[in-house]
Amino acid sequence: MGALISLVAVAVLALLAAVGASAGGGLRFVLGVIVPGVAFAVFLGGIIYRVLHWARSPVPFRIPTTSGQAKSLSWIRNNELEAPSGLVGVIGRMALEVLFFRSLFRNNRVELLPEKQKLSYIADKTLWAAAMAFHWAMLIVVLRHFRFFIEPVPFWVEALQNVDGFFQVGLPVLYITSFLFLGGLAFLLARRFFDTKVRYISLPSDYFALFLLLGIGVTGILMRHVEKVDVVQVKAAIAGWASLQPVAPVGVGLWYFVHVFLVSALLVYFPFSKLLHAPGVFLSPTRNLANSNRERRHINPWNPAITGHTYAEWEDEFRDKLKASGYALEKE
Amino acid sequence: MAEKSPQELIQIDLAPPRRNWMNPAVDFDARRGTWSYPAAAKNLKYLGMPNPREWSPADADWKLPDDWKQTIHDGFKDLLKKYRSLEIFMDICVRCGACADKCHFFIGSGDPKNMPVLRAELLRSIYRQDFTAAGRILGRLAGGRELTEEVLKEWYYYFFQCTECRRCSVYCPYGIDTAEVTMMARELMNLIGLNINWILEPVANCQRTGNHLGIQPHTYKDNVEFLCDELADTTGIRIDPPINRKGAEILFVIPSADYFADPGTYTFVGYLLLFEHLGLDYTLSSYASDGGNFGLFNSAENLKKLNWKIYHEAKRLGVKWMLGGECGHMWRVMHQYMDTMNGPADFLEQPKSPFTGTVFDNAASTKMVHICEFTSDLIKHDKLKLDPSRNDNLRVTFHDSCNPARAMGLLDEPRYVIKNVCNNFFEMPENTIREHTFCCAGGAGLGNDENMEMRLRGGLPRGNAVRWVRDHHDVNRLACVCAIDRATLPPLCDYWAPGVDVSGVHELVGNALVMEGENERTTNLRDEPLVPEREEQDDV
Repeated sequence: MGALISLVAVAVLALLAAVGASAGGGLRFVLGVIVPGVAFAVFLGGIIYRVLHWARSPVPFRIPTTSGQAKSLSWIRNNELEAPSGLVGVIGRMALEVLFFRSLFRNNRVELLPEKQKLSYIADKTLWAAAMAFHWAMLIVVLRHFRFFIEPVPFWVEALQNVDGFFQVGLPVLYITSFLFLGGLAFLLARRFFDTKVRYISLPSDYFALFLLLGIGVTGILMRHVEKVDVVQVKAAIAGWASLQPVAPVGVGLWYFVHVFLVSALLVYFPFSKLLHAPGVFLSPTRNLANSNRERRHINPWNPAITGHTYAEWEDEFRDKLKASGYALEKE
Repeated sequence: MAEKSPQELIQIDLAPPRRNWMNPAVDFDARRGTWSYPAAAKNLKYLGMPNPREWSPADADWKLPDDWKQTIHDGFKDLLKKYRSLEIFMDICVRCGACADKCHFFIGSGDPKNMPVLRAELLRSIYRQDFTAAGRILGRLAGGRELTEEVLKEWYYYFFQCTECRRCSVYCPYGIDTAEVTMMARELMNLIGLNINWILEPVANCQRTGNHLGIQPHTYKDNVEFLCDELADTTGIRIDPPINRKGAEILFVIPSADYFADPGTYTFVGYLLLFEHLGLDYTLSSYASDGGNFGLFNSAENLKKLNWKIYHEAKRLGVKWMLGGECGHMWRVMHQYMDTMNGPADFLEQPKSPFTGTVFDNAASTKMVHICEFTSDLIKHDKLKLDPSRNDNLRVTFHDSCNPARAMGLLDEPRYVIKNVCNNFFEMPENTIREHTFCCAGGAGLGNDENMEMRLRGGLPRGNAVRWVRDHHDVNRLACVCAIDRATLPPLCDYWAPGVDVSGVHELVGNALVMEGENERTTNLRDEPLVPEREEQDDV
């Protein structure tokens, strides 16, 4: 049900863009210039607002999750990347987490055979592999798009394109990342349908993000490989936008508008949704703090004021019993 | 004990139902054995906490204050301002499901709301509805839920069905820590008087007497003397441990269970033998008579209150530094909270072993050293006279307790100690030890008898791993560094892996220590014969 609602929502967005763009003139300006401009502003502003909002809340306690041996005695080998003792270790741990999804790599699957009273834990890297494929492909795809934004096309974009199109198949050349992007997303979506546990926990918004990204990927590929859009025109439109002298795109088909509209939707959706995991992971206190609790004191800005039960009060309450048991007392 | 046999209990279907989880319905009456009794009014009154009353979760009317919804809303707002962790964990979960089958309660019950992601969603759905733009506008479509009494009942059921073991947090790509989420939920429930007695009674006891069990100072002394008498009978070594002695070098802080009940008491005499062996200048305290702290399972405020006495007593006695015994959640408190809450301990000195000269740099600020760090350092420097063959009747495995493993990174020290005092050591399967360790299912205040079915269910993964080493390596002893483990794992092992006993690491140390002037030892500290009976038969 959640999936259906989300699919319809994405389809409606696509349809809106297509209908609007085919109405021509003014709406093309709105869809091609104003919408993406506003979307980008919302995206940037929204993320900055959200991160500042997070940053404003204090971190009262240093609560890293240790996933390895801590630094203790000199002859015990500690694991700096899993239980970092200082900043260098934390940077390493975060780098592994952000770039290679370290924790997800640990994933395993429980198998229970009741008749044998047997529980097994089977390594399962599929989620990790799909997540890596999708996220890295997305990054490279976004970077590849810089050929539309910057003139002349920077060398690193050219290089990226060359590597990505290494197999030289098709004209225009098929990019490996296009497949990884769609393949990764398709797997993540399939998990939500066919893994009963994941289906159970999935919310409409989980499907929405996937359908939206799939829509963006598919329209992009259609544009490049089926419609074979006039790249010069696209570039002219985007260059105008980037140079703050926007012009409505001319000579490009409907797919372009659908693609741009879905990307705009994603940008707007981003700061209000779970997609915030991207900036959020950097602020996760179980990962970004050193396990140096006993070595360096951590300060809690709102450390609650309490009145402890003092030794004197305790002695007063149990004085007779303490005396009878022969304890040395502060006050006789 | 549970009425169901292991074979019945293990018939678990891990596939969730098709119906939507958002509709809450917990039938407490039908689920007896899987929840804990609410806090008695007298305990809430003693602690000055809201809404003391007599009630049961099985009642239709939970006698909530009239404005409970507003109270929860305001409390939630307040927590979001105080804890970045809460904000982040509410905002960034993508529901990838990596955590789903990492929770021992989910594995043992198949109840989908025991998947960590859904446990957090119980809170997150309210967060979305009340505090996010998407939730306010789209409601259920954005994953938001109205806070109703039914939702509240779910909170009580499932947030007192989490042992705050942090296993899910190891696997989460963003480190979302359900322990933290559960702690926040319990803070909120406190505001309207939803808490369990197995936590609040120990908290009230501890506030008054200094320990969870409510042991008063004269009984404390009697207990210690009784244990020392038994020790003298077994070993011929007479120890009279100092209590509340001013000017000692070290204050030794332990969980109260260690001087109260088997098998913790064997660990207690293990500590005493070690100190006697060394001639350590230390003292126990009958005021700071519990390092354990059930405030951790209740609220930051109670946590701080109960912990406050530790530094207070160290200062009064004028000790130089502190040593801590074997206790899991106590060590989460000592490691991650004590210094922040009740420090700085600038009246203490940086811990330094008087026998090896080792300076404990990792405890430079808190000034408290774990006994396994202390002992492994002694063994490394060859300061102990050990006869590991005295543990030859034991085939030992080690259970990493959740908090030392995942909130401290204390993994190799206890292993080093065990391997030096025992000849037969065997690890459980790798996905069940070290940072992957499975909880005893009785931590965080859930180790009570009325919750026994859930404890046994949640204990299935641990029990199953113990069973594996028992079957493959004839293991008969499970060592651990946690007092809650020593209380909760024996029934668990009896149920899932009969024939395996539970002990602390320092009980094994005590067995192996060769003491000056001791009797010829024919039994270990439990009065079990040192030579396994099977071998005796072989000799005949």
